[in-house]
Amino acid sequence: MGEITLGQYYPSNSILHRLDPRVKFIGTILYIVSLFLVNSWIGYAMAGCVLAVLIGLSRVPLRFILRSMKPVLFILLFTMIFNLLLTPGDVLVRFWIFRITREGVSLAVRMGIRLAFLVMGSSIMTLTTTPNELTDAMENLFAPLSFFHVPVHEIAMMMSIALRFIPILVEETDKIKKAQMARGADFESGGLVRRVRSMIPLLVPLFVSAFRRANDLAMAMEARCYHGGSGRTQMKPLKYSKRDFIAYAIELAYLAVCIIFKVRGL
Amino acid sequence: MPSIIKAEKLGYYYVKYSDDSENPELINAIRSIDLSVERGEFIAVLGHNGSGKSTLAKHINALLVPSEGTMWIDGVDTGQEEDLWKVRQKAGMVFQNPDNQIIGTVVDEDVGFGPENLGVPTDDIWKRVDDALSKVGMLGFRDRSPGKLSGGQKQRVAIAGVVAMQPECIVLDEPTAMLDPNGRKEVLQVVRDLNKQEGVTVILITHYMEEVVFADHVYVMDGGQIVMEGTPREVFSQVDVLKSYRLTVPQVTELAYELKTAGVPLPEGILTIDELVEALC
Repeated sequence: MGEITLGQYYPSNSILHRLDPRVKFIGTILYIVSLFLVNSWIGYAMAGCVLAVLIGLSRVPLRFILRSMKPVLFILLFTMIFNLLLTPGDVLVRFWIFRITREGVSLAVRMGIRLAFLVMGSSIMTLTTTPNELTDAMENLFAPLSFFHVPVHEIAMMMSIALRFIPILVEETDKIKKAQMARGADFESGGLVRRVRSMIPLLVPLFVSAFRRANDLAMAMEARCYHGGSGRTQMKPLKYSKRDFIAYAIELAYLAVCIIFKVRGL
Repeated sequence: MPSIIKAEKLGYYYVKYSDDSENPELINAIRSIDLSVERGEFIAVLGHNGSGKSTLAKHINALLVPSEGTMWIDGVDTGQEEDLWKVRQKAGMVFQNPDNQIIGTVVDEDVGFGPENLGVPTDDIWKRVDDALSKVGMLGFRDRSPGKLSGGQKQRVAIAGVVAMQPECIVLDEPTAMLDPNGRKEVLQVVRDLNKQEGVTVILITHYMEEVVFADHVYVMDGGQIVMEGTPREVFSQVDVLKSYRLTVPQVTELAYELKTAGVPLPEGILTIDELVEALC
């Protein structure tokens, strides 16, 4: 097992990479909201233009962004086909028990565009932001929730520790697998049921080792005076600079335009 | 000024539930330990597996609290709940497995973890991190992911993480057990430099004899008790006694001992190759 890239961060030094992760996080949410606000071709064209500009600014090669579509391709096609076949209205084509209607085509295309833009828009965020920055941003943005006794700091700490341990555990799985293959374990042949069952002897030692690691880590953290989020300072606190405020302004302007489009029924 | 570490009649018990028997067993991990360490000393604790040396180490950092007796770190009783963080700041701890004690995803973030917990202001954290990383010779690796470092380098990062908390003493619990010989050398050099140049008190827990030759004072543990203590020379001159505790002496000392029993006139407790050469030629 070679290099494991976490998330899908694409290292670069573009303006989008340098933006504060909170700006990107909020921007992504606003963009998703806007996709469901606009319902006209001109609105989609605008969302498409914004997306194109963002992709250009991110300096991430287009194929990385398209690759992010792969996992959702099935859902995308599924939704489109259902919308295409099951929407009542002016019939265009009729075959077997299906009727393709004018409304169906329109709805399917809209749905497709929405989902595709949604996935690509959020993948721009994950491609330009490291998982750690994202965790920091979420901890910071959700901090007010701790007022309602939501353990925001603890959840963020858990996320970042999980991120750090994923490669270690993947490596460990590989090691256990090889050790068992060396003693004649068979992970490759047989049907699905057999292959899943052959994973059980892999999972038991993996869990044991994960718990042992967790125990060690907890002790190491306590030894270094970790006692939750209270009274804790940050080495790399998030700090807004001028460009972040400009980005916020642009985000708000975009949202305003979308709302105007919605109100005017464009 | 009080001793940096002082233990009086220290004992620790825990209850072990075995799979087959209904009755839980009371295990006595360490008992009646008296210890006194002065500032700036380099102390080594030797012992076979299960001798209680790790349990003792965890008492210094207040990860374990004594069942009987008392442990003071710089005059602070580790049994006092309210002084817990004070004790842990004064006595830093480095563990055996380098992977399981690195918290950050980038080297400098990991070193900053301790000062963050202590509530040090951001600017000071950066100063401390720079300082700690340069002391262990890892400043050039600050932006790296810890996963990509060698074992010795990871352990040096772990040491830097403790140094950044500006402790009075550092306890290292078998820090080299999972390292290759080169990694072991790196780590030991860093530890010795910290002791000599920074005056940090070092408690090195190990079962490698070669590592304790430079210590000021050696304690040997067996069955939860301190069974021998003295300078490395005093301890290593008693080869037979050490062997009865299932410990071996450094190769050179062993050779000198064998030569001596075979009739070659040599002084007691030879610790380094140079000394043996000197004595023989």
